[in-house]
Amino acid sequence: MTKATRPPLNWLALLKESGVAAFVALGLSIVMFGLRTVDQQGGLGLQTRWSWVVLAVVSVFIGRLVLAIYRETRQPPHTYSGTQDSEQNRLAECVQKISKVVAPLLIIFAIVLPFLPFSSRYIIDVATLVLTYIMLGWGLNIVVGLAGLLDLGYVAFYAVGAYSYALLAYYFDFSFWICLPLAGIFAATFGIILGFPVLRLRGDYLAIVTLGFGEIIRVVLINWYTFTGGPDGLSSIPRPSFFGLPFSRRVPEDSETFHTFFSLDYSSMHRIIFLYFLILALALITNFFTLRMRKLPLGRAWEALREDETACRSLGINPTNTKLSAFAIGAGFAGFAGSFFATRQGFISPESFTFIESAVILAIVVLGGMGSQLGVVIASILLIGGTELFRGLEEFRMVTFGGLMVAVMVWKPRGLLAHRDPTLRLHAPDHTPESHKSNT
Amino acid sequence: MSHMPNPPTTMLSISGVHTYYGNIEALKGIDVEINHGEIVTLIGANGAGKTTLLMTVCGTPQAARGHITFEGKDITRMPTHEIVTKGIAQSPEGRRIFPGMTVFENIQMGAMSCDPEYFDQDYTRVTELFPILKERQNQRAGTLSGGEQQMLAIGRAMMSRPRLLLLDEPSLGLAPLIVKQIFEVIAEINQTDNVTVMLVEQNAYHALRLAHRGYVLVNGKIAMSGPGSELLERPEIRAAYLEGGR
Repeated sequence: MTKATRPPLNWLALLKESGVAAFVALGLSIVMFGLRTVDQQGGLGLQTRWSWVVLAVVSVFIGRLVLAIYRETRQPPHTYSGTQDSEQNRLAECVQKISKVVAPLLIIFAIVLPFLPFSSRYIIDVATLVLTYIMLGWGLNIVVGLAGLLDLGYVAFYAVGAYSYALLAYYFDFSFWICLPLAGIFAATFGIILGFPVLRLRGDYLAIVTLGFGEIIRVVLINWYTFTGGPDGLSSIPRPSFFGLPFSRRVPEDSETFHTFFSLDYSSMHRIIFLYFLILALALITNFFTLRMRKLPLGRAWEALREDETACRSLGINPTNTKLSAFAIGAGFAGFAGSFFATRQGFISPESFTFIESAVILAIVVLGGMGSQLGVVIASILLIGGTELFRGLEEFRMVTFGGLMVAVMVWKPRGLLAHRDPTLRLHAPDHTPESHKSNT
Repeated sequence: MSHMPNPPTTMLSISGVHTYYGNIEALKGIDVEINHGEIVTLIGANGAGKTTLLMTVCGTPQAARGHITFEGKDITRMPTHEIVTKGIAQSPEGRRIFPGMTVFENIQMGAMSCDPEYFDQDYTRVTELFPILKERQNQRAGTLSGGEQQMLAIGRAMMSRPRLLLLDEPSLGLAPLIVKQIFEVIAEINQTDNVTVMLVEQNAYHALRLAHRGYVLVNGKIAMSGPGSELLERPEIRAAYLEGGR
């Protein structure tokens, strides 16, 4: 196709399209920006902000027009087909090659990060938060990205992990290192309990049931006051120790703390950095586990199940067990992350496990490109680090966030790094046998 | 066609099978016998119940009444994935390959239910039958042509070392030359690898020429049966399935 064959722009249609968009913006912004309730003497009063409405409508009109012109002048017109996803795929394949170099660099960067000169407590805190979501994203990636089971209640397992740690520590005085595996096992058990009845469902129906399960867990946590503390939550959750050495300023008699053992000066940063490395290790374990699983028959079966359940059954794969294992393993990793969350915060309440958390984790997986490990990292940094970064924008933070999401949907409808790497490449006629290592 | 092993012994026996989709009775009492070493074809119009019968053998959906026995074992109530481990493999309707996985990964999936010890040997055999699969082994299966996808589906089914191979319309939507090639491989699998074949086909002419015996399904019942060459000669078959066909 050459440029000459393209018909001239249909300005009327473009203006109409932008006009419609502006009209929708008008309808929405009157309510959201135009009217504002303020405190007055004698009650609540209304304040109008028409200039904001005008600004919103004009910007939507211009934005839509620019977008439409861009779309029309693009060569060739944007089309996607299911199997021949050439452009997107080639780009992703390119990223794939780079990622083999990028992944180790990222890991090295993550390891040295706390010791870099600009690393303040704030930076490490944000990095810890981002890593928590990376771990959750990788865990959910097993369920959604590999096995193709849409789980909208993933945060329930995160909550189970956090509460198992807090309750085990509270009632039985177990240390963090005993609670961590137990929390994972508990969460995985809950995954199996949920999985048994619901995994015969597919697609949207499964999503709705998991959504309900997430809410059930939260409601139980709120209402079982005597056991979970209800809406008050659980506080004074014990901090983790460095293999038995606590991070406290005061040195208990006839024992040692972290700073006395290594003869360092006490610094509150020790614990922060320790927590950072803890979640880094947990996240990397999740990643390596997933990469390993993809090469084993079970992991292969997960992927096959995502592609075609009927075919799987006719190949002798037990779909129920396969799905259950994906569900349980994904839940287990959420449990680990949950117990880390509990120990880091020192306080947990049902507030932390609302649906929005599930949505964010799912957004990370989908935005990164389903099944892509590196995609999850990038999406977490954007979504979690990004919201922290945009804190300065105050009330426009969520708008910016929403705008970014829309941009991704427009330009990368299949996620940032949507590309499935074969788990094994056989030798081509002119190559030597090479087992293919996949990083993304 | 080719010589029959003597004496014929029953491998799969379907007796009095009724299958329902909700309230609709798709199979109304089917009796089919398949002997060791045979190629048996099921022909019939759209909606006659050919695919349903094949799927009932695999356990999705299960027969409401009647019995299916395979090598003396009752498999009527067995879940699909267990039936496969008993030695029945299926190349389902519409091929159902895994489009996002490579050709080689698809073939690996076929071997999921059996001992990995045989993998290399079986893979060599499958690529002998379908050399194109070896050429395409690192390619995503979704990028294959229709004929290649069908070959992959059969190859994948062969990887589970079946004694009975169920094929659902392998000729669907393929060029005549490719159909001929695929039917030749089916005959080869039957003779050399000693695999019994149950073949569901719309392409009655090719299917009856290939098969030792055939069954004609009409509205969920067996209307006729007999040796393939004999059925081909029957005027009512010619009129219903062959005129203008081929």
